[in-house]
Amino acid sequence: MENRSRLSRQDAGLVLKEARKLLSARVEHPGRRAFLTRTLTLGGVAMLSGCDVTNNAGIERALSAISRFNDEVQARIFDPHALAPTYPASMITRPFPFNAYYGITEAPAIDEPGYRLEIGGQAADRRPWRLPELRALAQTEQITRHICVEGWSAIGRWGGVRFSDFLARIGADTTARFVGFKCSDDYYTSIDMRTALHPQTLLALTYDGRTLPREYGFPMKLRMPTKLGYKNPKHIRAIFITNTYPGGYWEDQGYNWFGGS
Amino acid sequence: MTAATRSARAPSVHPSWLRITHWLNALAVLVMATSGWRIYNASPLFDFEFPDAVTLGGWLAGALQWHFAGMWLLALNGAVYLVLNLATGRMRRRFFPLSPGGVLRDAAAALRGRLTHDDPHRYNEVQRLAYLFVVLDIALLVLSGLALWKPVQFGMLRELMGGYETARRVHFAAMAALLAFVAVHLAMVALVPGTLRAMIRGR
Repeated sequence: MENRSRLSRQDAGLVLKEARKLLSARVEHPGRRAFLTRTLTLGGVAMLSGCDVTNNAGIERALSAISRFNDEVQARIFDPHALAPTYPASMITRPFPFNAYYGITEAPAIDEPGYRLEIGGQAADRRPWRLPELRALAQTEQITRHICVEGWSAIGRWGGVRFSDFLARIGADTTARFVGFKCSDDYYTSIDMRTALHPQTLLALTYDGRTLPREYGFPMKLRMPTKLGYKNPKHIRAIFITNTYPGGYWEDQGYNWFGGS
Repeated sequence: MTAATRSARAPSVHPSWLRITHWLNALAVLVMATSGWRIYNASPLFDFEFPDAVTLGGWLAGALQWHFAGMWLLALNGAVYLVLNLATGRMRRRFFPLSPGGVLRDAAAALRGRLTHDDPHRYNEVQRLAYLFVVLDIALLVLSGLALWKPVQFGMLRELMGGYETARRVHFAAMAALLAFVAVHLAMVALVPGTLRAMIRGR
């Protein structure tokens, strides 16, 4: 058609983003999904435009609404004093499984000297943190069960800074609703403030007594035994406190946001 | 007297609340089982997967959305069924007495083809056992499901189920038992079609 003008650069970006989202929702295997979504180009979009989206929009909306309702229910069920069980070192799962939306060789390699943890949003002290400064804070350790949304579970040993201590240290507004995370692997997620303040929520810097290795999220991961695996971001580069719902990588594709255990 | 006037005078086999809760439960079980198989496929416990064609949700996130929507229907409808069944006295009237001897006698009679369904108002003892079993089995599915959904918040329930990993196996075994019930149930309905009519029209 004559008047169908060329996509502006900005529109093209939005179209691409939307197409990636649609495609990733239809490909189950994480590796395959990552491959497809990353290799999707504008040419690919042109080919896809002929496809019919057969999903029933009404049912999808209803299911999403129930999922949001389930977020509310889970927030009510959540007991800030209920502790996840801890285990003896003999029960640690070896080797602890690697899991991400990409393969193990694609895990980001972060250079420690240049690394800074950025702080944003509703915090009094937003200066960035270097790793030695975080290691100098009071450290704690726990052996807990990691439960994946896929159903499997594994027991691991994480050490680091109690996240509630860290939030106090940066003068975070703990009346805010969300804590959001941006990661070096382009992953992002967010959690409710009450879980952020849970005593077992750790800003993990070590795994099994050693510096957190690259495959488990170097330089740091947020470890919460009260939430499913996809809520535990790895390779964190920025933490922000906000009242605006930040969503998440999987959550924006249909996974439940609260994701609590 | 025609069949129509006779059936109009006969007392109803199943009250309307029972028929409604039965069909809502059938729908909930269908949604929970097919979406549950898709979730199972994401991390199979055993050396097999369910064919994607018989699963619901399209991918893991979709299956989880169905499963955690269907759970409300299964649990709330089940609660209504239990409360009305107990409050109206139907549970006591239709499911008891129930004895091992009676079950064996009726099972043996059924296998010899001598168990009749002359009176649809009365369950034989095999039926009583089967229906009570499926009520308890669905209760176990709900409880083991809650333990999997909230293993930290419902710590007592998790321990009752033998821990998170054992709860997965309990949930699977209870699902398999439910499937076995459904298979026999559907076979019996095919053999005695009047029971289907009674569950739809009440008599």
